[in-house]
Amino acid sequence: MCGIVGICELKPGHHTDLRDIQGMMTQIRHRGPDQSGIYLDDRVGLGHLRLSIIDLQGGRQPIHNEDETLWIIYNGEIFNYVELRRELQEQGHHFYTTSDTEVLLHLYEQEGSRCLQRLNGQFAFAIWDSVNQELFLARDRVGIRPLHYAIHHGRLIFASEIKSIFAIDGVPREIDPVSLDQIFTFWTVLPGRTAFRDIYELPPGHYLKVSRGTVEIKKYWEIPIYSRQEQLDLPVAALCEQIRDLLTDAIRIRLRADVPIGCYVSGGLDSSGVAAVAAKKLGVSWNTFGIRFEEEAFDEGMYQEKMALFLGSTHRQIWATPQRVGDAFAQTLWHCEKPLLRTAPAPLYMLSQAVSECGLKVVLTGEGADEVFGGYDIFKEAKIRQFWSRRPESSAPALLLNQLYEDIFRDQRTKRFLQPFFGKGLDRSWDPVFSHIIRWDNTSRIKTFFSAEMKAAIGAGDPYEPVRESLSERFHLLGPVGKAQYLEMMIFLSNYLLSSQGDRVAMAHSVEIRLPFLDYRMIDLMARVPSRWKILGLNEKYVLKKVLQPFLPDEIVARRKRPYRAPIVNCLLAGASGEFTRELLTSRAVQRATMFDAGKVGRLLAKLQAAENRNEIDGMALAGILSSQIIHQQFVEDFTPRSHSMIRPDSIIDRRTSAKTAA
Amino acid sequence: MDIREVMENYIVDNILFGDGEKLQEDVSLQGSGVLDSLGFLDVITFMEQRFGIEIGDSEVVPENFDTLRRMSEFVERKMNGRTAAR
Repeated sequence: MCGIVGICELKPGHHTDLRDIQGMMTQIRHRGPDQSGIYLDDRVGLGHLRLSIIDLQGGRQPIHNEDETLWIIYNGEIFNYVELRRELQEQGHHFYTTSDTEVLLHLYEQEGSRCLQRLNGQFAFAIWDSVNQELFLARDRVGIRPLHYAIHHGRLIFASEIKSIFAIDGVPREIDPVSLDQIFTFWTVLPGRTAFRDIYELPPGHYLKVSRGTVEIKKYWEIPIYSRQEQLDLPVAALCEQIRDLLTDAIRIRLRADVPIGCYVSGGLDSSGVAAVAAKKLGVSWNTFGIRFEEEAFDEGMYQEKMALFLGSTHRQIWATPQRVGDAFAQTLWHCEKPLLRTAPAPLYMLSQAVSECGLKVVLTGEGADEVFGGYDIFKEAKIRQFWSRRPESSAPALLLNQLYEDIFRDQRTKRFLQPFFGKGLDRSWDPVFSHIIRWDNTSRIKTFFSAEMKAAIGAGDPYEPVRESLSERFHLLGPVGKAQYLEMMIFLSNYLLSSQGDRVAMAHSVEIRLPFLDYRMIDLMARVPSRWKILGLNEKYVLKKVLQPFLPDEIVARRKRPYRAPIVNCLLAGASGEFTRELLTSRAVQRATMFDAGKVGRLLAKLQAAENRNEIDGMALAGILSSQIIHQQFVEDFTPRSHSMIRPDSIIDRRTSAKTAA
Repeated sequence: MDIREVMENYIVDNILFGDGEKLQEDVSLQGSGVLDSLGFLDVITFMEQRFGIEIGDSEVVPENFDTLRRMSEFVERKMNGRTAAR
């Protein structure tokens, strides 16, 4: 796990400056505090920051092939590297390290871009072919590791994090209005975009190739879709056996490391399941970590303690008090690099600090199970609304939805509004985004706070249209639950969960997360499993519960799913962070950033400070506005590209014609 | 300030955050998108606190809540202790 940066000159003549690469690396030192290395020639500069996990002594990067014509910088893990290495050795490849990085390089040498199909892992990397003068960048299938790029003044500038790109003088730093509109609709940007204008993210499952000055981007993997006929028709017991074996293997290969590994245990089914399968089938004794909340509605401490006792793990908990969450919010945003409508990433930022303080660099997590196995309420909502759209006179769907969202509709009187609330858009069941219309429409209410200027810059286009346009041709083969799952995976998983609640907040403290449920084999297998086994009636993750039952206490399997959330308004308005919030949301500050209507923001603040009953939407609005203001301040207004203490790389390979000995 | 004004100010400040032009006395609050379910809940809670009334489950009906005028009249009736419309 590491950080990578680089610059590729698209036209010959201009040479990369060593100081540019150093400046980019300096911004993301947190991603790789252990070692650093640079490669330079007349066409490219590559920088690598290493968090050493496999081959602690020998894995220093950049790594080269036998004749030093190919060079790689790489962030991530190839979990099946042991098997691939054996195969490559048989084909005559020689290795000078025992790292997975070198395996990847030789596999690329052997198979070119097709090598990506063979990798089981989480990665973002760059390979420079110095003979053919080709640069190859790639990102893992679901987007666990980040990779950003920009084309500026004839150069392709790329990096794990955007702040490195901003370290290059002259790269414009502006909030992109359309991206902001997307965040205020979908909770995140759509694949490929970032919060900033002209800064892009290589979408998950894609590679980018620079050849003779031309940049080409290609998809090498997509979320698998199988028609009902192509799906498995196995009895549930046989299915469970397959899933159990695959899950065990996905965990087994994710335990490959030359450093000890911990596990996040939230108290829910998924993370408990990962920890328990590893303990019972693979004999792992765990260091586990969990988040506690003071507010009972958010806290899962009791279940964490039960699991720790059950696992015999050394369990550490951090208390995400409103004060601490509020204090950590700005720092969390610095790492997430995009506005957030939630505070939930902040406790995870704090949790990785606890992991790091224990001297651990790697944790397994249960993330991804909800997407793959059908855990979210929105999937059930989709199922119910689909049924309802065919029988609009039935009153059963409204009651079912009431049960589903009893947290939101606590007040019995709101039952009156269930019908119009969930009945909205029922006549649009033909729409591919039918399952998400209510959520997105609801979230979009907070766009009322955009300034007139921002609204004009966004324009009048339908924000859902780019989603419809980017769907797979096979999307129509999916049923209502499958469609909702696909949308969650495409938008929310890769651009929010794996980023703002995943890589970015973990790597902020040099911690790598590994996610067995997102093993591509598991994604594929579950795509071949009919939806009814995922959500049986309204019982979510039915088949996963069956698989995990023998490994877990009954209570954990039977408990009602609780989505991971953190309080918003209390965290952002109380105590010292409240003062910071008010400072950033003064009429002057809001007007200066030009994104929001200062009068409306003032009224929102007044309402939230006065009200006892704060609703979900107002909380989201506060988080969204405040985080946009913070991002604007950190990256647009106050960003200083040069740090005082420039990184001093451990090794520099300088092949520039004008090369001088580096310091 | 009369009840209608109090209600109007509340909705303009807390639901529309200043966008008052959307709010007219006889326009359907739900139909015009001024209030959604959560918005209604918000307004009901405010009415109870501000005017010291209790609003029962059965009273939350369009006849009492769908326009600013109906809401104000409903509060007035409640405060005068008269039976609410059903």
